[in-house]
Amino acid sequence: MTDFEVPVLTVKNLNKQYGPGCFKCRGGESASLVKNYCQVCGTVYACRNVSFDVFPGEVLGIVGESGSGKSTLMQCLYFDQEVTSGEAYVSDYENGEKNLFQESSQQKRYIRNHIMGKVYQNPLLGLRMNFSSIGNIAEKLIAAGNNHVGMMESRGTELLNKVHIPVHRRKEAPKNFSGGMQQRVQIAKALSNHPPLLLLDEVTTGLDLSVQASVLDLIKGLQRELGISIVLVSHDLGVIRMLADRTLVMLEGKVIEQGLTDRILEDPQHPYTQLLVHSLL
Amino acid sequence: MNTTYNFAFFDEGSKREIRRATLKAIAIPGYQVPFASREMPIGRGWGTGGLQLTLSLIGKKDVLKVIDQGSDESVNAVNIKKLVSNTTGVEVTEHTSKATLIQSRHRIPEVPLTKEQILVLQVPLPEPLRYYEPSETETKKLHAEKEYSGAWLMLFEQIMKYGGMTTGADHPVLVHDRYVMAPSPIPRFDNPKMNANEALILLGAGREKKVYAVPPYTKVVSLDFEDYPFQAETFADKHCRLCGQTNVFLDELVDELTDETVYQCNDTSNCLEKLNSVGVK
Repeated sequence: MTDFEVPVLTVKNLNKQYGPGCFKCRGGESASLVKNYCQVCGTVYACRNVSFDVFPGEVLGIVGESGSGKSTLMQCLYFDQEVTSGEAYVSDYENGEKNLFQESSQQKRYIRNHIMGKVYQNPLLGLRMNFSSIGNIAEKLIAAGNNHVGMMESRGTELLNKVHIPVHRRKEAPKNFSGGMQQRVQIAKALSNHPPLLLLDEVTTGLDLSVQASVLDLIKGLQRELGISIVLVSHDLGVIRMLADRTLVMLEGKVIEQGLTDRILEDPQHPYTQLLVHSLL
Repeated sequence: MNTTYNFAFFDEGSKREIRRATLKAIAIPGYQVPFASREMPIGRGWGTGGLQLTLSLIGKKDVLKVIDQGSDESVNAVNIKKLVSNTTGVEVTEHTSKATLIQSRHRIPEVPLTKEQILVLQVPLPEPLRYYEPSETETKKLHAEKEYSGAWLMLFEQIMKYGGMTTGADHPVLVHDRYVMAPSPIPRFDNPKMNANEALILLGAGREKKVYAVPPYTKVVSLDFEDYPFQAETFADKHCRLCGQTNVFLDELVDELTDETVYQCNDTSNCLEKLNSVGVK
């Protein structure tokens, strides 16, 4: 019997820097750094010693100003970028005993295709605009080893129904869709192979309020229904308040505060978080 | 024979470089090996890849056959034959079984090939994933990681749009359970002939500067789905109007005087041999 829940995703000391670093800024802690930028060699420290856990069925929110390293963190987790150093473990892969960042590119692809789903801020990155919507969903299903057209078509139709895309438009390319619809197709694609972990990167930024509300509603509903764990990046505290159980606050590549979302929003401790929360209210 | 050129048009160094690429291609079935495609006296895209393979391989004792879309007498085939025989003096034939080296555009001959023969195919687009992913850097990675969902996705899209796989030619194949390969624009009818063929099959793309190969007795499987199996073109209850053969690839012709649709062998030398053996009725 286990006394504690086992996290779905564990990230330990993740570091990501752009540039080689020099003797002045090495280690990412030095006087030559302005914010997270080294004035001597031009290196940017995008993520510095980021560590966190995500538990089953939990929604973890990440907030921070633009340039604080939120999206870089998400890209590292989905292997779109190589990390500089750090470890990540997923309980559904090798019992959470293998560091994902050390795996071969084939294995990383396997993890992406079978264990994770990601929704990008920009649908251009997550969808193939010239292929049909149902084809986009099938791409993920094929990658996860499906080889039955009928089954993939019914699964795709079911998912598009769930995200309120009219069935008669399922064979249309996402380039013909509005931004909100594209975002919903992305969500359907990310969910297609029942991933235990979903990464959402600024999913509602740039959508109008009513569409934003319906996308958020959809995510909340799907999360409740399917019990998936979500890492949610946003700079919109309203989104975080509505969805996230727990929240990390990032600034200049570092996690400066973390805790229950209500606690962060009602009683912020760090000066930056205080600024952030008060800007909202 | 024109003796102002080196034997087989190329200098010996060039021939050696192309043969080296060819050896590598044979060692890794289906893998596209880059090579330094030479400037040729015919335009790129008119069979320079195949021609370079032919010239690098040909010896004084070889017997050459060149076909263009099944015909020994089309302009392209005649010109290539003339160039090779002018610069080498080798014997040229139309009989598939007599040839040791067969260069072909878009057909595999009807007469089964033997282990003494080499088939050289001309390839316009060697990359089976090109429509799915325009970047060569990316397709290289996809091949390295054996990530071929794109190849199946293209077939899936055809099924969604047209209710069946619509590749008229160049239907992608999986070679030796490893690399997905463009078999050059041969009709689907010829795809099964590649599987476990006794002859060495070499494919050359001059404009795209790639050489690849299917060694003898290699497993070649056409891509398909569980519920949409691969199907070659069928010519059930049709036969050649000249020689009467069935189970061969037939051209559909319309008699302009009577508006009648008639069928005729695509492989002209095979048709002629059949006619000669039975005697014209």
